[in-house]
Order: sequence, then C-alpha cells, then structure tokens
Amino acid sequence: MEYVIIIISAIFISNVVLTQFLGICPFLGVSQKMSTAIGMGAAVMFVLTIATLVTYIIYYSILVPLQLEYLQTIAFILVIASLVQMVEIIIKKISQPLYQALGIYLPLITTNCAVLGVAILVVTKNYNLGESIVYAISIGIGFGLALIIMAGLRERLEFANVPQVFKGIPITLILAGILSLAFMGFTGII
Amino acid sequence: MNNWQNFTKGILKENPVLVLALGMCPTLAVTSSAINGLGMGLAFTFVVTLSNIIISAVRKIVPSIIRIPIFIVIIATFVTIIDMVMHAFVPDLYKALGIFIPLIVVNCIVLGRAEAFASKNNILSSMIDGLGMGVGFTLILVVIGSIREILGAGSIFGYKFIAPTADGILVFILAPGAFLTLGILMALNNSYKNKTSKSTKNS
Repeated sequence: MEYVIIIISAIFISNVVLTQFLGICPFLGVSQKMSTAIGMGAAVMFVLTIATLVTYIIYYSILVPLQLEYLQTIAFILVIASLVQMVEIIIKKISQPLYQALGIYLPLITTNCAVLGVAILVVTKNYNLGESIVYAISIGIGFGLALIIMAGLRERLEFANVPQVFKGIPITLILAGILSLAFMGFTGII
Repeated sequence: MNNWQNFTKGILKENPVLVLALGMCPTLAVTSSAINGLGMGLAFTFVVTLSNIIISAVRKIVPSIIRIPIFIVIIATFVTIIDMVMHAFVPDLYKALGIFIPLIVVNCIVLGRAEAFASKNNILSSMIDGLGMGVGFTLILVVIGSIREILGAGSIFGYKFIAPTADGILVFILAPGAFLTLGILMALNNSYKNKTSKSTKNS
C-alpha cells in the first residue's frame, strides 16, 4: 500500500516538474517535438533510477559509517557525473539502436537537477532501498509524462497565433502554469 | 570593457534569468515570498563569486580535458560551505529553501560563468563578473518573490497590508503562479527590448 501511495504522489500529486520545479531546463528545452520528448523522458528515467540506487548505496555504506554526511553534495554530484559518462560508454558498446535513441540526451542529464534532487530527497525522506527505487522510477515516469504532454501542446502551438512578445519561452511558461493548475486537481486523490 | 560595464551587464543586458533563461529551477521554486528570493539570491551570489575567483586563480594549472569535473568540485565545495552556514545561522530560511541550496551545484549559471568567463579572465574581472551575475539573479528573484507575495498573500517581506483575516489570490503563492509570473515578466522584458531597438532605428 505504501508503494502505491509513493507511486501516485510522485507521478501526479507532487509532479517533479510542475509542482516541485526540478528539471525545468530540459522541460523547456527539449519539449518542442514529441519524438525528442519521448527520448529524453526515457533517458532521464533510466539515469535517475541507476543514480538513485548508486548514491543510496554510497551514502549508507560509505558516508554514514565514516560520519562524512556533510560531503553528500560533493560526493553525489561526482558520482552522478561519472555515472552518466559510464552509462553512455556501456550503452554505446552493448546496443547501438538504444545509443542512437538516447545518446544525445545523456550528456545533458548531468546538469538536470532532478537527478541530484531525487538523490538528496531520498536521503532526507529516510526511504529504505525498495522505497527509494520505486520513488525514483515514479519520478522518472512523472517527468516523462509532463514532458510528453507539453510536447503535444507545443506541437499544436505551432499553428496558433501567439503575440510577438510571448513567442518562445514566455508562452511555454504560461502553458506550463495552466498545466500545473490542472495537476493541482489531483491533490485530493489520496 | 571596463569593470563597471562588466559588473552591470549581468543586471539587465545579460540577465541570467530574463535574457539567458538559465537557472530556472530555483527561480520558480523559491520565489513564493520576497524574503525567500533574497536568501536564495545571496547564497547564489556567494557561490558564484567565490567559485569564479578560485577557478580564475587555478585556470592556468588545470588541464583542459578534466576542467569540468574540477570546476564542479570547486563549486560543490562552496555550496557545501553556504549550506552549513545557513543551517547554523538562519535555520528557518534554510528550511524554506530546502533542497534548492544543495542544488545550486547544478545551476547552469554557475558552471556557465566558470566555463565562459572565469576560465579565460583574470581574478579581479572574474570576481566582478560573478558579483554582477549574482546581483542580477538576486534582483530578479526579489522582484518575482515580491509580485507573488503581494498578489498571493497581500504582504511584502512578511508585512501584511490587507485585513488579517483576508486572503490573497492564493494561486500566486502556489506552483502555477510561479510559471505565470515569470512568463509574463519575460514577455514584458521582450516588449521593452522591442521598443528600445525600434526607437534607436528610427532616430
């Protein structure tokens, strides 16, 4: 039951992009076309899950026993940066089609604050290993969902008559605001 | 470019948020009140100024292949320092800003300035560049925070000017208000830029 609550609240109620404001840069940057949105969503979900697993293990098996919790920010960002590089190399070796689909998004993910954000949130929320992984996967799904909805809306926006000054990022932000209002409607479901 | 121009370019002409659209996450997340925006802005100014100074000082001994990881470690060190300082001295503000203090590490503005400016210029102008960017970021955060606090809670810097029992337009201190406020501010900035470029063409 706890897992169901974690999943629903991470995807809908406190959606990572629309209510927690993590990962806004890729959300604004790569939501122009549906195909790139799907690729980015999948890449983030993949890296987010692995990164959360690795940082969780490092935090509880290295930093806590040595009482170095204050190094969490430095340790996590280094682990995530090197992990992204490693994932890129491994995917390139193992599966060429997967690399062509996700490859160009992987370097961008290091600066996606959702990855570091989730790694830190898992520690502050005192989740156990199982809960952490479920939480990371759900956050990834929530990110992908927001990105895909936004890409669908922006493809429509191409044909709309947007005032000159609102073109580009401003109208995207207004759109995100309305989308965020809609997601507030989910607040009551738990 | 003299030092004064170097300082002021971050405030309006190359404002990190309004013009370059960088560092959007903290801009949207912590501006539910003016004081939170100010706190975040000052923490950010500290990090970007000091990391610019150190990166500029070591720019000649850092091999260029591994410069990015080195920059990130330098930035993360200052973020850890400000994180501990704020935890000790301003616990309420620290709680309100939450994970967005450690997330200054992945703020694209800091690494962007390190890469684009501090790794190529001397210590003094890097420091001034960092200060200018910090002040520009703080200003925009305080402006957005004030607008949202006035509309959403009917107060400014915690001082309430409407009847104590009355509510503001709540949506502005919730998540959607952040997107709407920043979207409209960016559109206003665009229209201001259009006007000034037109008038210079006509004259």
